[in-house]
Amino acid sequence: MSCLRMVGSAVACLLLPGEAASAQELAINLPSPATSLARLEYDLHSMLLLVTGVIFLLVLAVMLYAIVRHRKSAGHIARQFHENTTVEIIWTVIPLLILLAIAWPATRAVLNQKSTHGEDMTIKITGYQWKWRYDYLDDNFGYMSHLATPRTMPAGSTALPAHYLLEVDEPLVVPTGRKVRLLLTANDVIHSWWVPQLGIKQDAIPGFLRDAWFIVDQPGIYRGQCSELCGKDHGFMPIVVEARSPEDYARWRDARLKQAAASADDPSRVWSLAALRERGEKVYGQNCVPCHQASGKGIPGSFPALDGSPVVNGDKAAHINIVLNGSKKNPAMQAWGKQLSDTDIAAVITYERNAWGNHTGQLVQPAEVKAARGGAA
Amino acid sequence: MAVLDEHPQTHYFVPAPSRWPALGAVALFCLGLGAAFAVNGMSLGWWSLALGVLILLRMLFGWFGDVIGENQLGRYHGQEGMSFRWGMGWFIFSEVMLFGAFFAALFWVRLVALPTLGSLDYKLLYPDFSASWPLLTAPQPGQAYQAMEAWGLPALNTLILLSSGATLTWAHWGLMLGRRAQLKLGLFITIALGLSFLSLQAIEYHHAWTAQQLTLSAGGYGMTFYMLTGLHGMHVLLGSIILLVVWLRVLRGHFDAQRHFAFAAAAWYWHFVDVVWLLLFVFVYWL
Amino acid sequence: MVMAHTADPQPVVHKPHGWRRWLFATNHKDIGTLYLWFAFCMFLVGGVLALCIRTELFRPGLQFFQPALFNQLTTLHGLIMVFGAIMPAFTGLANWMLPLMLGAPDMAFARMNNWSFWLLPPAMALLLLSFLVPGGAAATGWTLYAPLSVQLGMGMDLTIFAIHILGVSSIMGAINIVVTIINLRAPGMPMMRMPMFAWASLITAYLIIAVMPVLAGAVTMVLTDRHFGTHFFNAAGGGDPILYQHVFWFFGHPEVYIMALPAFGIVSQVIPTFARKPLFGYTSMVYATSSIGVLSFMVWAHHMFVTGMPATAQLFFMYATMLIAVPTGVKVFNWIATMWEGSMSFETPMLFAIGFILLFTIGGLSGVTLSVAAVDVQLHGSYYVVAHFHYVLVAGALFSLFAAVYYWFPKMTGRMYGERLGKLHFWWSLLWFNVTFFPMHFLGLAGMPRRIPDYALQFTTFNQIASVGAFMFGLGQLIFLFNILHSLRHGKTAPQQPWEGANTLEWRLPTPAPYHSFHEAPELETAENGVVLDMRGGKHG
Ligand code: HEA
Ligand code: HEA
Ligand code: HEC
Ligand code: CUA
Ligand SMILES: [Cu+2]
Repeated sequence: MSCLRMVGSAVACLLLPGEAASAQELAINLPSPATSLARLEYDLHSMLLLVTGVIFLLVLAVMLYAIVRHRKSAGHIARQFHENTTVEIIWTVIPLLILLAIAWPATRAVLNQKSTHGEDMTIKITGYQWKWRYDYLDDNFGYMSHLATPRTMPAGSTALPAHYLLEVDEPLVVPTGRKVRLLLTANDVIHSWWVPQLGIKQDAIPGFLRDAWFIVDQPGIYRGQCSELCGKDHGFMPIVVEARSPEDYARWRDARLKQAAASADDPSRVWSLAALRERGEKVYGQNCVPCHQASGKGIPGSFPALDGSPVVNGDKAAHINIVLNGSKKNPAMQAWGKQLSDTDIAAVITYERNAWGNHTGQLVQPAEVKAARGGAA
Repeated sequence: MAVLDEHPQTHYFVPAPSRWPALGAVALFCLGLGAAFAVNGMSLGWWSLALGVLILLRMLFGWFGDVIGENQLGRYHGQEGMSFRWGMGWFIFSEVMLFGAFFAALFWVRLVALPTLGSLDYKLLYPDFSASWPLLTAPQPGQAYQAMEAWGLPALNTLILLSSGATLTWAHWGLMLGRRAQLKLGLFITIALGLSFLSLQAIEYHHAWTAQQLTLSAGGYGMTFYMLTGLHGMHVLLGSIILLVVWLRVLRGHFDAQRHFAFAAAAWYWHFVDVVWLLLFVFVYWL
Repeated sequence: MVMAHTADPQPVVHKPHGWRRWLFATNHKDIGTLYLWFAFCMFLVGGVLALCIRTELFRPGLQFFQPALFNQLTTLHGLIMVFGAIMPAFTGLANWMLPLMLGAPDMAFARMNNWSFWLLPPAMALLLLSFLVPGGAAATGWTLYAPLSVQLGMGMDLTIFAIHILGVSSIMGAINIVVTIINLRAPGMPMMRMPMFAWASLITAYLIIAVMPVLAGAVTMVLTDRHFGTHFFNAAGGGDPILYQHVFWFFGHPEVYIMALPAFGIVSQVIPTFARKPLFGYTSMVYATSSIGVLSFMVWAHHMFVTGMPATAQLFFMYATMLIAVPTGVKVFNWIATMWEGSMSFETPMLFAIGFILLFTIGGLSGVTLSVAAVDVQLHGSYYVVAHFHYVLVAGALFSLFAAVYYWFPKMTGRMYGERLGKLHFWWSLLWFNVTFFPMHFLGLAGMPRRIPDYALQFTTFNQIASVGAFMFGLGQLIFLFNILHSLRHGKTAPQQPWEGANTLEWRLPTPAPYHSFHEAPELETAENGVVLDMRGGKHG
């Protein structure tokens, strides 16, 4: 019977944790802290665990004693007392004192978490459905960070990759030993940026800014996940922070800046259909697939099919408009103009108009998008 | 007032099985389903809504008919009267909390969200936005609109509702002193005042929506304005209907100085609606 | 109008039969029975959804449910358990027991009582129906956070209207309870002598009346944001997503006490009975319950520690939340003191009550851990929270409900439940409950977010243990179902007073409790906690 097999596997889990968890260590506590804040939280939690543990054991002990000694089957006769002001005062005041003792370090920790000033650099983090964007405000560059492991087990393989669901294409890179201030916001719904080892969890709220800070002690890779339900792929927007030594970081940053300068598109360049399509396919894959699907068929009832859609096969202006400015009817279809360049938008539209069963043969040049932007603003 | 009997009451009236509640459940199901379909633009929803309203009306007539009948047969004594009173009191308390939720929205938008959005840090997100109340443009540029003026129609409406409270009390005196004519007239005037309040409100809405561009989507000001005054308007409408029923019962000779729970409940409700309006006038129109 | 006491007819002398008895019911016992069965069915439905969740989470990788559907399962599991199972079950018990414990002929508004119940099936039907509409059910979590809830399809609208109907139902149910307690107590049963269960129900009902309208307001704003162009939760129009959370949790936190206070009440009846000793510290119990009721309005933002509140707000809500541990502690200590020096026996209700105290304490202590804002930064939105609230909801609310059903089963049905099966049910549940939910503390600490359909490899082991535990725990509930069904027909006939130490008013009635009890109020002489010393009169039939 399947139940028996389950029990069996539970027992196996208990006895052979190493094997069941593919040789990962069984974590039962907060991960080892990598910042002062995380250390603070770790210590505070250890203290609470101790205090509450002792309280629980006391409660348990007294109850067990009563259960063993004061039971009918042991011949105990009930004593009919039912009041005693002294003990009642005692067990009101003692918990109060314990709580006061907890409140003191707890207050200091909160104040510490909130002291975001005096930063060495600022990074703006924007949550999108379902990816993160990091903007280095001091250096004027930024990029998107997407999930990088496959969503399902690769066909034919029996094991998932080691950092399954916790790998991104472009991690957030920060220097060690520097106070980094994060400014968080979101584009569509609320997300939450959580990296346990850095001791940070902060909601990213659309239209509002929140801040947080950290100073990483050691170079290394620190992983986390979005921790506020943000729709379908909430489980698939990991966070990876790569801390490098300041020199390493400076090299990385310079390379980034050069790359950004080199790849800036000239919006007046005229593209060929094939080149735009090719680029558009990439843009589509990174931005549109979660909803409209790679097949262009969408998800009936939630996300419309683009394959055969009247908008995609009809007037160009309407198509540009919905991609650029989003949908008034359903905010899930956001205004992509805010995060994609004119060239990217032109490319993805061109792709959509010439993919799957759509054969309009039309192409949209970046200049047209630029013109449409001007009109809307 | 209910009689506080000399002798302790021995029986508490427990109604016989009744089909009205079950019918009411069917009604609310049709309403819920219908509303969900209707707001999504499916015509089926409107049929279901209509059906729900019809069933609900049937249920209300039947149910209140039963209650009034039982009352006329003398089934209700002091203790039942107290139950009704407590029940009405707690119901009004729940209404207070409902309005509380929307007032909370108003205060939050005004006192927290708006200053935050306009603050210095937020230049990063909204470079051109400056906060002021009433919020005449939203942070994201959209249409501009005008705020409501307190000392025109709203002030008149305040006067109307306040005097309707007075006429209702006057009618109550009539009831207590056995002056039926005063009772009838007082109630009638109250209802008339209630209806004129509603008409003026309708005129004001029309003006705001068309001439002042103040729509539901007109930023924090527009939405809280319509939600609060709209919810209140619905309560005035309901209160007027209740008073109308009471008035019709008065015309039929119901109620006396001792037994008039329905009248009292309607009056409490009316005064509650009055007080809400005062708060609205101060916080939505005036300040 | 002439008053005619003497000629006052008693209209309901006979017991209606067939389906009309249930559909048109005005009898508090029938309505209570309806509530209890309905709640149990919803518990099974919600449980099956939980099993779906646990099945998907048995292994990493997506096996059975696509992410969008998974979120719907989580949402509906939460909504159905809270609004369909736990709350109606407590209302049902209050319906059944309050008139019997207080010496009232019925609930104050018997007809409205029927409506309160019969609004539940339509509301739950709307909720479940939402699985079938395009786009599926609400996938926002039971908290329905905006702006995510503004995005979704029409399943969300069905959910909103279902919540409106549920609100109407529970407000009417609560008004009925409050008025019955205030106005229908028999002579000789002053407030300060009422059973603790009545006190707990009173304060719970008060909380319901205060906060259900607020929830209705919150979801109404979501509705208008969705369809009528308002921007309550959209910064671009001058609104604020955080506003939703404040309004929701102003409802939501009292709501969790709505699911906890009646449990406290039940345990306060069961423990004295089987300890054969009066409840210790009755007066302080009343004050503790009341102060929990008051405090519960001042702590809501502890669910929002990571939304980025100013430090002062953070600290205020942290202190207020920690403070709740004090009155709750008073209750725990009073129960233990009631057991102390008692003459205890361990029938099934007592076992569940003791299990309740122990496991609820674990849940409460993890709550205190969460209340420390700086630590909550690590734990919020993780499985630690899931562990916390299942300790207080399953081992708390649900265990107390089992205790109550076993305890009053003889009085309700006239038959004894099977004691051995009952004990098996308890030990089985105790074991597998902990296997299911204890590892979730570890998962949360190690960094597993809640509401995810798939997880990273290091979380595998504990998820497997939890999944196995969930299935075994669920299986155990079939023992309960079987026990009840079997005992209804074949149980031993119960005596009027099956429990030696039971001395509240309901045990003075014949067993099973007559269809109409106390249509003439009895004259009582009482002691604290509803203990009846003497009773005169009180006709039933
Ligand atoms: C029955 C329901 C119930 C009950 C009774 C409680 C009780 C408590 N809860 Fe819980 N809670 C929930 C249901 C409940 N909770 C739910 C459903 C959620 C999640 C909602 C969601 O997000 O979906 C939640 C979430 C939740 C959070 C938010 C976590 C997060 O999302 O970040 C917090 C934070 O403060 C919290 C705290 C507490 C506290 C301090 C208590 C206290 O009342 C506990 C008091 C009890 C004790 C402390 C034990 C006994 C006392 C003693 C033995 C005395 C001595 C003790 C000391 C001196 C410490 N709860
Ligand atoms: C109110 C009470 C309540 C109760 C009683 C339960 C009971 C259970 N809950 Fe849940 N739960 C919530 C309230 C409750 N829950 C809430 C509010 C949430 C938050 C939702 C959100 O995030 O929005 C939640 C979330 C939640 C999650 C997190 C989901 C996520 O974050 O994605 C999980 C995961 O394991 C879970 C599991 C369970 C399990 C295994 C049970 C078990 O106790 C259930 C046991 C019952 C049965 C199993 C059914 C009975 C048996 C049968 C029908 C027979 C068939 C059985 C077999 C063949 C084995 N619950
Ligand atoms: C989060 C989900 C989501 C993402 C990501 C998304 N869309 Fe959409 N899209 C929608 C929804 C929902 C609609 C329907 C809007 C409506 O009903 O008005 C839509 C509609 C459209 C339409 C109009 C189709 C029609 O027939 O009405 C086009 C074209 C479109 N999207 C293109 C894109 C492009 C290009 C991208 C990526 C750059 C993209 N979408 C990404 C959700 C999404
Ligand atoms: Cu983004 Cu969850
Ligand atoms: Cu809470």
